[in-house]
Amino acid sequence: MNTVFFLVFGLIVVVCAINVVVQRHPISSAISLIGVMGSLAIIYLQLGAEFMAAAQIIVYTGAVMVLFIFVIMLLNAGSEEGGKGPLTVRLLGVPLLLVFLGLLSYLIQRLFSDTGPVRFGDFKGGSPADVGRALFSTYLLPFEITSVLILIAILGAIVLARKELD
Amino acid sequence: MPAAVPLSWYLVLSAVLFSLGVAGFFFRRNIITMFMSIELMLNAVNLSFVAFSFQLKQVSGNIFAFFVMVVAAAEAAVGLAIILTVFKNRATLNVDRIDSMKY
Amino acid sequence: MSFIIISIIKAAVVAAALLTTLAYLQWIERKVLAHIQLRLGPSRVGPHGLLQPLADVIKLVTKEDLIPPEANKFVYILAPFLAVATALVSVSVIPFGREIEIFGYRTPMQLTDLNIGVLFILAVSSLGVYGVALGGWASNNKYSLLGALRSSAQMISYELPVSLALVSPLLLLNTLSLGEIVQKQAGFLLGFIPNWSIFQLPFPQLLSFVVFLIAGFAETNRIPFDLPEAENELVAGYHTEYSSMKFAAFFMAEYANMITVAAVTTTVFLGGWQPALPGSLGHLAPVALFFMAGMVAFYHGFHPARARDRMTLPVVGAAFLALSALFLVPWVQAAFLPLFWFVVKTGVIFFLFVWVRGTLPRFRYDQLMAFAWKSMFPLAMANLLLTGLAVGLWG
Repeated sequence: MNTVFFLVFGLIVVVCAINVVVQRHPISSAISLIGVMGSLAIIYLQLGAEFMAAAQIIVYTGAVMVLFIFVIMLLNAGSEEGGKGPLTVRLLGVPLLLVFLGLLSYLIQRLFSDTGPVRFGDFKGGSPADVGRALFSTYLLPFEITSVLILIAILGAIVLARKELD
Repeated sequence: MPAAVPLSWYLVLSAVLFSLGVAGFFFRRNIITMFMSIELMLNAVNLSFVAFSFQLKQVSGNIFAFFVMVVAAAEAAVGLAIILTVFKNRATLNVDRIDSMKY
Repeated sequence: MSFIIISIIKAAVVAAALLTTLAYLQWIERKVLAHIQLRLGPSRVGPHGLLQPLADVIKLVTKEDLIPPEANKFVYILAPFLAVATALVSVSVIPFGREIEIFGYRTPMQLTDLNIGVLFILAVSSLGVYGVALGGWASNNKYSLLGALRSSAQMISYELPVSLALVSPLLLLNTLSLGEIVQKQAGFLLGFIPNWSIFQLPFPQLLSFVVFLIAGFAETNRIPFDLPEAENELVAGYHTEYSSMKFAAFFMAEYANMITVAAVTTTVFLGGWQPALPGSLGHLAPVALFFMAGMVAFYHGFHPARARDRMTLPVVGAAFLALSALFLVPWVQAAFLPLFWFVVKTGVIFFLFVWVRGTLPRFRYDQLMAFAWKSMFPLAMANLLLTGLAVGLWG
């Protein structure tokens, strides 16, 4: 059951992620990215991160991607023109990426060969209560700093977006 | 078929996602799609954090992924505002045409 | 194994009941609206227009299904499904009653009791905007696009007050599971005030209840916040180009969203299936209510001025009396009294939706945004802070 779960949603994630990269229209990419994020939330659930799964849907799919789609609709962005890009990127890009991916996978298999199997329910520390407790005790300072960061981001976005009004 | 897959599979999935994000960032010329590729990479990293959190039976990985998520949301707000401004000024989303800083 | 079978049966029952209710909510809304405006409303198809929803379904299914030639076909077809699916899913975590026993198997009257139930509802409702936004974009029509843009801005803005207003009662109740939320609102203060979170000490949540309800109106795109489909500006907004079953899907999504908002309000603020009256009064309330309804139906049925209803109203009256008698049977009372209270509370909130639609004019767009950010958001925030303070001091 755990394997089937992982394989099904892992496959959805990979197919949607490939779609993000190969689609020429930004809206298609955005919809695929929503698929990636939704399936990742389900994988988080399997890994016992309940709060993160909910936050993934609320923050990423519910807010960030809506913002993306909003901007794409607002700018009425059409399909990308067939820009070719530099020669080196076209020739070496895919092989180099495959080498990079192979290296990463090899390192992972080498370093984490003795990890145990992932069974749903082995780790229950990701509930909202546990995350909240850690967030407001051990990680209080980073949490407060993040809130300041968000404030700065809000102000920055407002200043950038209101420039054309005057 | 084994009853459960090892943790390294999750990490490999994360690596695949990250590579696809890098590919999108390098090959696409539309600034919005490039931005989405960055989000894809951040998601891949989050998956690793959550997977390690599971392996070590500690909540810290979840917390770190949470912070990544918050920063990504802030980044998206500012980034999209920048994209809007660029589009207002240059009327294009193609990064190859937004090159006046080069010269 | 029996868990899976029971779950499938429960899901089927809930889905069937929900879809029927959706069809008839529309009839109720048209009737109530008509009476507010001194009209009759649907009255041709069946007695009092009761078969009107059926006729509407047949009409919608047999209509031609147009796809605009320049539309993005995949997204155009995907959007209504997204809208209706996200609208229906949140019902799966709402508790309708306490545990009941079916064929010796005990199960709660709830599809599933997630321990992140409230977060699940917030997550699913935050996905609802996609159906509207993508549908409006894919139609390739300027009115649809404008409606979609308006709606995504509006729904993102009002999500904040919704979430903040929902968080304050959670501080009192101290759980995210909807089943437990209802259980923690049991009992009565001073013997007669129900211990719901809008009355619960140390800080009654009346303010956040009002904020949640108003923001809920905006989330469901209802009058007075129906800017995305304002017909005198945008034809019909995001679903201008939709016809046939796809249009019906958007329509169903709107009603399903209304049910969700009403059900969540009931569960979190109004004590879910807990009775509103203490002791045996709570047990006798459905008997008295149905008895009164039956008597009213009989009175009108035999009134000489209403010759047309001579056949139908006495039947309705007899049905109500039978229901009234049924609620005196102990077994029925034990199983369905919670369901009765849940339906009554949800129904009252749904009636409020219709009432407001019949009464208020539409906001202007800048007023709508200013209202969200300058009144709803600070109010919800202040209420959250005060609740936190009260719970910290006396909780």
